[in-house]
Amino acid sequence: MAIVKADERRVKTGVHFMLGNFAVVEGAISAGCDFFGGYPITPANEISELMAKRLPEVGGKFLQGEDELCSIYACAGASLTGAKAMTATASAGFNYMQEGLGYCYTVEAPVVIADVQRCRGENYASQADVMQMRFGASGDYEAIVVCPSSVQELYDYTIWAFNLAEEFRNPVIIMSETTIALMRERLDIPAAQDIDVFNRKYTTLSPEEYKPFAASEFGCPDAAPLGAGYHAIYSLNPHDEEGRIDWDPDVFEHLYRRITGKILENRKKICKTESFLMNDAEYAIIAYGSEVRPAIEAAQMARDSGIKLGVLKLCNVWPVPEEQIAAVSKQVAKIFAVEMNIGKYASVIERVVAGRCPVQRVTKNRGLVHMPEEIYKAVLEGVR
Amino acid sequence: MSETQINPNRRFLREERLPHFFCSGCGCGQVLNYFTQALDALDMDLSRMVTIGGVGCTARIPTYLLSDTLHGVHGRTLAWATGIKLMKPELPVVIFAGDGDIASIGGNHLIHAARRNLDVTVIVVNNLNFAMTGGQVAPTTPMNSITMTTPYGNAEPPFDMVKLAIGAGATHVERWTTSRSAQCVAAIKRALQHKGFSFIEIVSQCPTNFGRYALKTDNPQKLVDWIDKEYTYTAADEKTKSAEELTGKLKCAEFIRESKPIYAGTNNSL
Repeated sequence: MAIVKADERRVKTGVHFMLGNFAVVEGAISAGCDFFGGYPITPANEISELMAKRLPEVGGKFLQGEDELCSIYACAGASLTGAKAMTATASAGFNYMQEGLGYCYTVEAPVVIADVQRCRGENYASQADVMQMRFGASGDYEAIVVCPSSVQELYDYTIWAFNLAEEFRNPVIIMSETTIALMRERLDIPAAQDIDVFNRKYTTLSPEEYKPFAASEFGCPDAAPLGAGYHAIYSLNPHDEEGRIDWDPDVFEHLYRRITGKILENRKKICKTESFLMNDAEYAIIAYGSEVRPAIEAAQMARDSGIKLGVLKLCNVWPVPEEQIAAVSKQVAKIFAVEMNIGKYASVIERVVAGRCPVQRVTKNRGLVHMPEEIYKAVLEGVR
Repeated sequence: MSETQINPNRRFLREERLPHFFCSGCGCGQVLNYFTQALDALDMDLSRMVTIGGVGCTARIPTYLLSDTLHGVHGRTLAWATGIKLMKPELPVVIFAGDGDIASIGGNHLIHAARRNLDVTVIVVNNLNFAMTGGQVAPTTPMNSITMTTPYGNAEPPFDMVKLAIGAGATHVERWTTSRSAQCVAAIKRALQHKGFSFIEIVSQCPTNFGRYALKTDNPQKLVDWIDKEYTYTAADEKTKSAEELTGKLKCAEFIRESKPIYAGTNNSL
């Protein structure tokens, strides 16, 4: 993997007042995105629309596919040529993309997908896809899912997503939400020389020596672009290190152990969390995405009432930041799992906490983000 | 006794993967052979090409070719190709698809890739059924045929994939049968040289499934004869047979070969 500085022709350095969906596009362009395939769906449309304008300006290619399947597979094809490929969709469209996502995991094609979660088929707030992002495709794989909570983070985490995708040759999902995607906020775009851009590692071996699916750096194979004479087979079927389709149980097991192992063994390198008011906290909220915002306000309200509440913000939900969640469970008397669905990621938190402290679910699934008062009230009742 | 002669076109194949997995009498091996003959005749560098197969018997053809290959997802061949051609327009891309792969699950991608005039070659082996899964009805199965999922006969009319491709905007369309080797090789050669969307349908015998269930024979020669005499016709037949006799049969010909702008992305105005 090579780390370079962002191309200044791609970076709109300065202070902006920008729509969340547009921040994703600028983050992608800064990170070197040169292919986008999309299909219209609300509330992700502004990503496609700005990509259609911006990509030709930087020499990239834009495709509006005939459906989500075309979009995700075109991304897979473009990625295998060496492109940094991206698509964007919203919950219902994300369903269709699971099939292509499964292919990308198996042939280790780096692709970035923004899922702007919605509910009730429209522009209502939701985090109900959190499990689909991890388990939506068939087969064994490990997902990387980053969870921005603001327009600034939509920009920053999109760059992070591209870098992770290149580093681990894995699809990376940006868990966006109606809440932040359709919000306008201040966005500070740094100077290009302050942005690190990762590029996947290409093989230096000859076609005769090269094995397209043999582990190299971090358990990832080195890449070879299509059409360069390496005659590799990129098949969804079980394949050996040479890329040959083979249903031998050992081949099958070796492949799936490696493509899941490259993520799990690098969990510490991938996972990020942020702590708010956690130093002396006796209670903690664990939240991700836009729910982090009311959670921090609720923690401040609790502090004003003398309750020592802190917040652990999960910058990514998959792979699970297990060490950070476990550390919180050893510190506090109770954890509040705040999310905008019927209580999905709470089950992951409960597994990691393993009974060290109680976990109270604070869920809301009615198309609206939590109000700080609602979380505060739940905490007040929960600490009694 | 002369020495054993090795087919020089084996240089295009992944030697270690042979023998191939096609049933004896299947047309896929023939189509693989025709493709390598076309490569040889045009002196093309297969190692600088991308071949694509989805899922199915035909989809396995590219896995024997010494090229970069994408394989293993049903129906998405043209979607992959669209991404590849937008980023690397100079790379020749050849798709091998069964009738189920291209006309059933991949039908939407077919009409849109044809509409865009994506610069790829699609070689469709039409064996008139879903063969790898055990002989189920396909959108190309003739009406009234018995298959594993039409035990009382197929009640649906089949697609004419040639008309579908032409109607959608393909700029090079031909149909032949596996028995017409010279025409198949010539058609593939024209396709590889064509700038734009080439669609070559090769009607093929499936003795294991379509033959046994629909025609009650697993004899490949009988199937080939049925395809050539009962299910397809050529321009010569049009002079000797009535329109009624040709109804429901597929014509073999070069239907269209024209030059139109090729696809380079939805937003290519800059």
